[in-house]
Amino acid sequence: MKMQSAMLTSISDTLWRKPNLLILLLILPPALWLGIIYLGSLFALLAQSFFSIDEFSGVIQYELTLKTYGELFRPSNFDIIIRTVVMATAVTIGAAIIGFPVAYFAARYAQGKWKPIFYLGVMMPLWSSYLVKVYSWKLILAKEGILNWIFESLHLSWLLNAYLAIPVIGGYSLSVSATGTFLVFLYVWLPFMILPMQASLERVPHTMLEASGDLGARPYQTFRHVLLPLALPGVIAGSIFTFSLTLGDYIIPQIVGSSRRFIGQAVYAYQGTAGNIPLAAAFAVVPIILMAFYLWLAKRKGAFDAL
Amino acid sequence: MHSDRAPLGLKIAAGLGLAFMHLPILLIFVYAFTTEDKSYQWPPPGFTLKWFAVTWERTDVWEALALSLKVASISTVIALILGTLCAAAVSRTKFFGREAISLLVILPIALPGIITGISLRSAFNLADIPFSFWTIVLGHATFCVVVVYNNAVARFRRVSGSLVEASMDLGANSFQTFRYVILPNISTALLAGGMLAFALSFDEVIVTTFTAGQQQTLPIWMLEELVRPRQRPVTNVVAMIVVIVTFLPILGAYYLTRGTDTVAGQGK
Repeated sequence: MKMQSAMLTSISDTLWRKPNLLILLLILPPALWLGIIYLGSLFALLAQSFFSIDEFSGVIQYELTLKTYGELFRPSNFDIIIRTVVMATAVTIGAAIIGFPVAYFAARYAQGKWKPIFYLGVMMPLWSSYLVKVYSWKLILAKEGILNWIFESLHLSWLLNAYLAIPVIGGYSLSVSATGTFLVFLYVWLPFMILPMQASLERVPHTMLEASGDLGARPYQTFRHVLLPLALPGVIAGSIFTFSLTLGDYIIPQIVGSSRRFIGQAVYAYQGTAGNIPLAAAFAVVPIILMAFYLWLAKRKGAFDAL
Repeated sequence: MHSDRAPLGLKIAAGLGLAFMHLPILLIFVYAFTTEDKSYQWPPPGFTLKWFAVTWERTDVWEALALSLKVASISTVIALILGTLCAAAVSRTKFFGREAISLLVILPIALPGIITGISLRSAFNLADIPFSFWTIVLGHATFCVVVVYNNAVARFRRVSGSLVEASMDLGANSFQTFRYVILPNISTALLAGGMLAFALSFDEVIVTTFTAGQQQTLPIWMLEELVRPRQRPVTNVVAMIVVIVTFLPILGAYYLTRGTDTVAGQGK
């Protein structure tokens, strides 16, 4: 017992005298775990994107080539990339518009008991199950579901049908249309936009908005020239999440949406039944590059201070 | 001080936004009691409790739930250890590669889940590792570290260095200092981080589809029902239970860290 405690003390003394050793001991387990398991597999995947697949035998050829990346630019594949980026942009803009009033109200006007209510009001949907959220929209958008019922009760079914007749965004019903996919994406990622916006709006001093009003600016002018520029880092921070999450998702468009594919679905299909790991890997690189570029832009706009 | 009343338009827009976020989830609670079992018909033709009994009898649901709970518990423990170690190192000193380490921790959650998933799967293939309970845990623990880390790093920064020095001056060794000085100071942050990590793992589906093989966690069970609906009423009940089960740790984490400078849960 005594020897054990003496040993502990001497280890402890060594650690105190050599703080670098302590840091090393602390950092080694997480660095090894993330370095080997995560980075290791990530690089293994990226390496495979430089291989190619023999079109006739379907066997992977282990020779370095850019051929697989070239395939990304074939019209059918390039369409998938464009479609995904357009969807991610639309979802980001939609989330910013719907989220802004919630974030602004929570940051500026919610006081007393309303503060935690608003906070949990955003936090609960953020953390509640992703699949349950998707499932709820399957219920809502179903042909026999609540949304159609509302339109019928209001005698507005013609309006919905006219909307669904529009090519690209319409379809046979909302649950198999691009609009349906958009709504589910918007719903699922909205809280990720609100929280960083709220954080940056909380830092905007009241006095500045009052000063703007006192100096004769109309509410819209105050919003456009004072509030929005100050809140922009938060909006960009939020958009990092909505953009990235939409880019990589493959479950939502599979459950609600048309047969037109998104990047995530392409990755999933190529690595699975098609067995074309190199092309799947090359597709997986697209969101990484897009996000790297996006993060670089965001950093320049100072968005990381709002995270 | 005339301006501390919100304009009506803002009130309405904020209210609608909150309603948009909550009504769909509440809808599931209604569907769990519907008598209709062939479609998603609205309004429900009648209400019944019988699907709860039916779900209770389903062994596949219980098995999936048990697997999810087991995976989430073990991933949380691993994430707690790794996340705390990492936070302790990063918050104490500046050292070479510090920025790289904090980036490394965040990366698994910053990149889309499908990339983490497919990377792990192809690595398992290359290394000839068969899918098992542990392949699921490996993936989950990796992205859970960041949640614990985020909670712990903020708290570590507030534990002042002088407290630690005082403890050592009074004759405590490093281990005693950790046990009696540091741990009590960071315990609520760790508990909150652990709860969030648990909720994150319990709900995860994207990475899991790549690392589970034939095993079914509860989210994978749900995903199959979503893609090919066979048991609509049972799915409704399971969805409702999942909502309730994930709410509890979130509420817990919120109340544990309420009033501190960083409230848990912002960084999912």
